[in-house]
Amino acid sequence: MTPAQSSPEILATKTQEMIDEVLAAYPDKVAKDRHKHVKPNDPAGSKECDVKSNVKSRPGVMTLRGCAYAGSKGVVWGPIKDLVSISHGPVGCGQYTWGTRRNYANGQLGIDNFTVMQVTSNFQEKDIVFGGDKKLTALLDELVEVFPLAKGVSIQSECPIGLIGDDLEAVATAATKKLNIPVVPVRCEGFRGISQSLGHHIANDAIRDHLLGARELPEQTPYDITLLGDYNIGGDAWASRMILEDMGLRVIAQWSGDGTVNEMATAHLAKLNVLHCYRSMNYIATTMEERYGTPWTEFNFFGPTKIAESMRKIAEYFDDTIKEKTEAAIARYQAFFDKVRETYRHRLEGKTVMLAVGGLRPRHTIGAYEDLGMEVIGTGYEFGHKDDYTRSYPELKEGIVVYDDPTAYEMEEFTKRLKPDLIGAGIKEKYVSHKMRTPFRQMHSWDYSGPYHGVEGFAIFARDMDSAVNSPTWNLFDAPWAASKKD
Amino acid sequence: MSDKPDALTVRDHNTLFKSPEYQEQRERKKQFEGGSSPEEVARVAEWTRTWEYREKNFAREQLSINPLKACQPLGAVLAAVGFAGTLPLVHGSQGCTSYFRGHLSRHFKEPVPTVSSSMTEDSAVFGGLNNLIEALGTSVHLYKPDMVAVSTTCMAEVIGDDLQNFIASARQKGAISEEIAVPYAHTPSFVGSHVLGYDNMLRGILTYLTEGKKAKSNGTVNIVPGFDPYVGNIREIKRLLDVLGVKHVVLGDHSDSLDSPATGEYHMYPGGTPLEAAADSINADATIFLQALGSYRTKEITGKWDGETVMLNPPIGIANTDTFITEVARVAGVEVPDEITAERGRLLDAMTDSHAYLHGKRVAIAGDPDFVNGMLGFLLEMGMEPIHVLSSNGDETWATRARGILAGSPFGTKATVWPGKDAWHLRSLVFTEPVDLIVGATHLKHLAREANVQLFRAGFPIFDRHHLHRFPIYGYAGGLQLLTQLVNSILDEVDRNAPDHSFDIVR
Repeated sequence: MTPAQSSPEILATKTQEMIDEVLAAYPDKVAKDRHKHVKPNDPAGSKECDVKSNVKSRPGVMTLRGCAYAGSKGVVWGPIKDLVSISHGPVGCGQYTWGTRRNYANGQLGIDNFTVMQVTSNFQEKDIVFGGDKKLTALLDELVEVFPLAKGVSIQSECPIGLIGDDLEAVATAATKKLNIPVVPVRCEGFRGISQSLGHHIANDAIRDHLLGARELPEQTPYDITLLGDYNIGGDAWASRMILEDMGLRVIAQWSGDGTVNEMATAHLAKLNVLHCYRSMNYIATTMEERYGTPWTEFNFFGPTKIAESMRKIAEYFDDTIKEKTEAAIARYQAFFDKVRETYRHRLEGKTVMLAVGGLRPRHTIGAYEDLGMEVIGTGYEFGHKDDYTRSYPELKEGIVVYDDPTAYEMEEFTKRLKPDLIGAGIKEKYVSHKMRTPFRQMHSWDYSGPYHGVEGFAIFARDMDSAVNSPTWNLFDAPWAASKKD
Repeated sequence: MSDKPDALTVRDHNTLFKSPEYQEQRERKKQFEGGSSPEEVARVAEWTRTWEYREKNFAREQLSINPLKACQPLGAVLAAVGFAGTLPLVHGSQGCTSYFRGHLSRHFKEPVPTVSSSMTEDSAVFGGLNNLIEALGTSVHLYKPDMVAVSTTCMAEVIGDDLQNFIASARQKGAISEEIAVPYAHTPSFVGSHVLGYDNMLRGILTYLTEGKKAKSNGTVNIVPGFDPYVGNIREIKRLLDVLGVKHVVLGDHSDSLDSPATGEYHMYPGGTPLEAAADSINADATIFLQALGSYRTKEITGKWDGETVMLNPPIGIANTDTFITEVARVAGVEVPDEITAERGRLLDAMTDSHAYLHGKRVAIAGDPDFVNGMLGFLLEMGMEPIHVLSSNGDETWATRARGILAGSPFGTKATVWPGKDAWHLRSLVFTEPVDLIVGATHLKHLAREANVQLFRAGFPIFDRHHLHRFPIYGYAGGLQLLTQLVNSILDEVDRNAPDHSFDIVR
């Protein structure tokens, strides 16, 4: 019996047995710890079923997690297009994040758009020994010479910076005055915190302290909103913006996909902040609420059900004009959504999915899969907090496995046992899955596709899931001369 | 999906945002962006392509823009997976390990299992000893490797963690047994690049495994590929040695580790140099390095062995491969079989057939030092003219060698060699002194497109084309593969740009 067909009680028991079996391979101390992070789901979110989260990964387990720098430069700051983010320290960090997250931006690369670039202080041994402050000062002078249209600079600290005692803040303050553009120090050294998550927070705080509220707009309307927590991966933010504009709203700032310094500095003028990735930008939403009284609301633009639900939720903050436009837009989208479902649903109905992703996707994509008749039978966050899980339990079926900060070992074992029809995770997991004859989509970067947000995004999402699940390549594994090993 | 007239058309990012509604949205968004005017952007863009900008750009002393190199521990991970049953462990912040795994997976399209000691702020204060002990204990228990190859991130290096003592402590405390091999290398990211990291880790592994193993000659030739992004190269070298009838062992053989068959089952440690063979490498008749510049740390070890150490330019093209074959035959005391001479002849035959489309092409080339020097040999043999020769992780030693190679051919006289420069420098070079072709890895694609010059992808990393690394560019067969790709990609461009009358049936 597949998990999808079991009764909730039986499923929870079976899931617990599976968890016990899998975690038994760890050393005792680690197994004890991992048991707190891996549990059968209870949609009611009971205490016993609440997974522990946002704590250190055990050394040596092969965590999927990254670091604070990844959360700051890779997620929050990197997509801001007219600002140069310097990877301050040795060459590696900036190299590994060079364009791989696919934060699309309009503009000319190296002229007025600095997203798909690797700008670094390229620390050498002498910089570690003597400190990097003088180097940084000189580097900033050089930067404005070669990038005259840069509207700002962020200094993304790599591990050594915090260890050698550099005074970034002093350098940045002096440079801001001298160069006449904001130069923002960000203390996102990779050893801070326990995952990408603290990096998001540090990055939010740096925007708050150096850019937020610094500028005004020539005119304001009652329908001004800011789109928070959309990094425009494969054009997501553009697709989301299209819906918001169809609703009659005016998006005054995009944080931070295809965003600009000006948008960071004027977002406080919004009448409402709409928040897609709660994990990475709830901090700035809360700040704006406290400081400017701006209300904020979470939403989900993956798949028809959640899109319509979210549009109505957002419209509630506005007058009837917006509500009417919202209903008209929902009605207008219906035919397209129906066609997508008509085209793909019969190919995907009943297929099972295991997810292991970052900020919002372990829960936000559930609805889109369900719109296609697919079922999520295991999910978890790389770096989620308790509030992410609390939001997830009710979205999930009772008794399916929920894993926090899953290890490579657990992913492999759960795959063997649950035999999902599709796995959605990252590049590190992709090729393991392929070896295991298990269809896979990278759900960090949309596997070089996208957008997955918005109206057209649903069609692309459906097409891609279909191409993964129904690729004929999966049927070719058994050589005719070998005994079939597939059960 | 369907042939029905009302079938769904799925528009993804390649087409969707070209549509009028998204173009209008793009324009509408500009009022909030506070951006520069289109005229200003066009003016600055044009200015950045001038000699004046080039001088400003080359005056940079502190700022690196698009450097073409990664950091040491990335190379250490590649070296580690070249040995059987070996789990790489990177001691330091855990984000680094995720980056190495992702970076190598994007190039090889393969899983790269590597664990981290997951150091955090408290380790920065107290040192990473406990983290390393737990990482060793847990990973050995869980992933059951025969060897754990430990390298370091810059965090561990800055706080001065001592791997030798830490590993000894892990054994004393019983976290791991005495049996399991745990070589190590200090691989600070602020020294050298991924090439040095590979070299340091290989040195660490060989030092560890060969200790106390000195015995009489085993009649074997060691081959050290170095940081080789082409698994096909390693396979080709092994094939050539088989054809030559020379008993050999590849030290750092990731050809199966990073190109394993899809079977429905995942194996963490496919292939790799057997540890016994690696341990016995100290007794070889000779050790041949295929990346002379990127191997000096390991050479310090093999130089003390009884067998001869031979340092070569990578065997790309005719002459480089001739040298390789000649040297193998010499150290092994074998005759070169006719089969190899025939392979050589076939490559040469193809080169003469295709030369007309390559002769006189002005080329910019960038990449890792040994790769660039190996490729130069091939380009010059085809009558191509290197103009800009650049390596971000190349030093003066590299530059001197590259200039020597160029000086050996009349087609090399127009070249300038640029050690330590980055891809933003290369952009200036390509705009001020134009070329017909750029040879290098994926990260050059933006400048190639902006300059409207074809990019021929070779080297590391190649993220945006599939499977090139599975085929060799080494040896005569690899040369044929390289030539085929090169001439056909040029002919594709010729066809794409040809006026109707010149759209020839025969090329």
